[in-house]
Amino acid sequence: MAIVVKRPKLKWWEHLYLPAIVGGMRVTLGHLIKTLSGKKKVTMQYPEEKWDENLPEHYRGAPALVTDEQDRERCVACQLCEFICPPRAITIKPEEIPSDDKWAKVEKRPKAFDIDMIRCIYCGLCEEVCPEQAIFLRKDYAITGTSREEMVHDKERLYEIGGKRVGLVNKWNGLK
Amino acid sequence: MSEEKSDLIDVQIDGEWHKFPKGTRMIEACKEAGVEVPHYCYHPKLTSPGNCRMCLVEMGMPPRPRPGDDPAEPDEDGHLPIGWMPRPVIACANTIAPNMGIRTTGPLTEECRRGVMEFLLANHPLDCPICDQAGECSLQEFSVEHGKGESRFREQKVKKPKNVDIGPRIRLDDERCIMCSRCIRFTDEIADDPVLGFTDRGSHTTLAVHPGHELANNYSLNTVDICPVGALTSNDFRFQMRVWFMKEVNTIDPNCGTGCNIVVHSRQDEIYRITPRENNDVNSAWIPDSHRLNYHWINSELRLTDPLIKDGKSHRQTSWEDAIELSASKLSGLKGSEIAIVASARMTNEELFMVRRLATHLDAGYVDIVPRMEKSDGYLISADRNPNTTGAKLILGLEDPGSKLGKIKDAIIKDEVKALLVLQENLIDDADFAAEDFSSLEFLLTSYPMANPTAEAADVVLPGACWAEKSGTMLNVTGRLQRLNQAIDGPGQTMQSWEIIRDLIQNTGGGNGIYSTQDLFNLLTSEIPDFVGVTWDQIGDLGMQLVDTGETIPLLEKERQRIAKGLIVG
Repeated sequence: MAIVVKRPKLKWWEHLYLPAIVGGMRVTLGHLIKTLSGKKKVTMQYPEEKWDENLPEHYRGAPALVTDEQDRERCVACQLCEFICPPRAITIKPEEIPSDDKWAKVEKRPKAFDIDMIRCIYCGLCEEVCPEQAIFLRKDYAITGTSREEMVHDKERLYEIGGKRVGLVNKWNGLK
Repeated sequence: MSEEKSDLIDVQIDGEWHKFPKGTRMIEACKEAGVEVPHYCYHPKLTSPGNCRMCLVEMGMPPRPRPGDDPAEPDEDGHLPIGWMPRPVIACANTIAPNMGIRTTGPLTEECRRGVMEFLLANHPLDCPICDQAGECSLQEFSVEHGKGESRFREQKVKKPKNVDIGPRIRLDDERCIMCSRCIRFTDEIADDPVLGFTDRGSHTTLAVHPGHELANNYSLNTVDICPVGALTSNDFRFQMRVWFMKEVNTIDPNCGTGCNIVVHSRQDEIYRITPRENNDVNSAWIPDSHRLNYHWINSELRLTDPLIKDGKSHRQTSWEDAIELSASKLSGLKGSEIAIVASARMTNEELFMVRRLATHLDAGYVDIVPRMEKSDGYLISADRNPNTTGAKLILGLEDPGSKLGKIKDAIIKDEVKALLVLQENLIDDADFAAEDFSSLEFLLTSYPMANPTAEAADVVLPGACWAEKSGTMLNVTGRLQRLNQAIDGPGQTMQSWEIIRDLIQNTGGGNGIYSTQDLFNLLTSEIPDFVGVTWDQIGDLGMQLVDTGETIPLLEKERQRIAKGLIVG
């Protein structure tokens, strides 16, 4: 059933609309004067000026791989992020860690780890699914490049963005 | 024996009455009734030691009346009331009895399963992210279904050897082992190479190879398939791909006449592994390692990807149209008797049928295949290393395959044969031919998946699809018709042999009208006497016996003996 909306009954001077127009212009002129006199800044001059320090803690920027206190690469190439990634941005090629390596007991690591940043939708599922706390979404949001190849972050670039992260669960400790 | 088999007895499973042959194991009866009993150590092809205790179920029998009591009255269906036993029994090693009751649900069974799972997981490492078995691991599956979800175990897990090299193709992780002993029984009972065993009995029980030995027999990788956890992993497949990414295609193994049933696991047109598929009339549940691992060449750099034409001394890349047109023009100028065709018993029946059409169309003087007779290994590998010799004999009408190759060679040297078509074969490496033998030919055409010396000498080289890239049917040594299914797409411009031959026939003035392997199959089953009336669905996933060649598969004979002795279920 249709609802009948009651129209407001306007006074005769309200029908003229002039008082409303004058009121509006007063606000506009006020802003104009404040801006011209330098009292108020409206535009942020990106990229010279940035808002980065105001980004919230939970901001989801570019995904990156991290190393831990012991400089061990945390990723074991289980490929769960590759599996969960909705736009299929992640491609991993696993390899066996050679027996003479310090971390040979971990057995597996990524040989290649590519994230196609043209595909990435910054959903954060990779971080959520990771059983090794190895991939995190950082606050980097300005991902640019001049070619498609440049937009693919390889393993080296991912560790560069991710850096070292401390205070994570150390599964591969002395007991393991 | 057959009389006993028809002896059906009544068994109650989860409240419903079923009839099963006498002697059926409880676990198999449950499976047939559609009730899954979780298990680790039990495998129908191996003896049942009953050591994992996962298949514990509640069992009951009609109680024997006490002295002086009247026997219990049967209900309207003739079943006696069941007296349930207070303790569970294992379903894998016990056989059913008349009027037996089995309960696979209920507090007793559930508590047993939870308990067994807790014991198994107490020392099992939590390294599923790096374990190749993850995704197809019985321990993972049953712990989700029957486990507690959390551990009460606060002590240190037992340390055992990890990453142990126990053979050239297999790696062992003892911490993951749940001591089901399937691998030990397989090497002992099936592969006749008993090199595995348990040491340090107790909480430190360790699977190990006997000192001075290694697990190196040609069937060793089957232990990886039957290992319910990730204790045994294949070096070849290790860390290559997670199992959930791969596409599985049921097909057959083309490495010998047995035609073992296999599953090809691939992702993005790359094959990652091959596993056996159970077929009790062909390969039981096994496959030799040499056949399983013979797939790396499919994705190799040596594949031919484009048609090539000889230009002076070297070859240049060309289009299919040009290559076929050139071949057709060379062939049209020759008499039938001046043309010889060497086909391959690695071709499917459909492709051989096209070879037969081509031979009739060109009125070719000689048609033969390259034989590959070696020695049988006494298990699954047939003496005939061609997968479809039986089909080639039937379709091309060959009495003694390979007997005409010598005559073809002589005829080429005598200049009686001027054009040779080598289809899916490499005569220099695989038959008694040398590059000089081809020098007097006017025209040599080869199609093959890989670069090879015969192609080097050929005027036209066509890239042919390999076995994983085509569909069709093959006849194994025993005369069983089986389906070969396409698992991946071929690289570059490769074409299947039937398409190549169809285009050749068409360009030399023959008809067409064949657009798919299905069309081809229909033609085959209407024109070749032995195949008449066979339908595609009839063949199914497990094949059908088409002709009887009298050949047998040694491993199956041994298996039948063990079934007859009651050692295994089969």
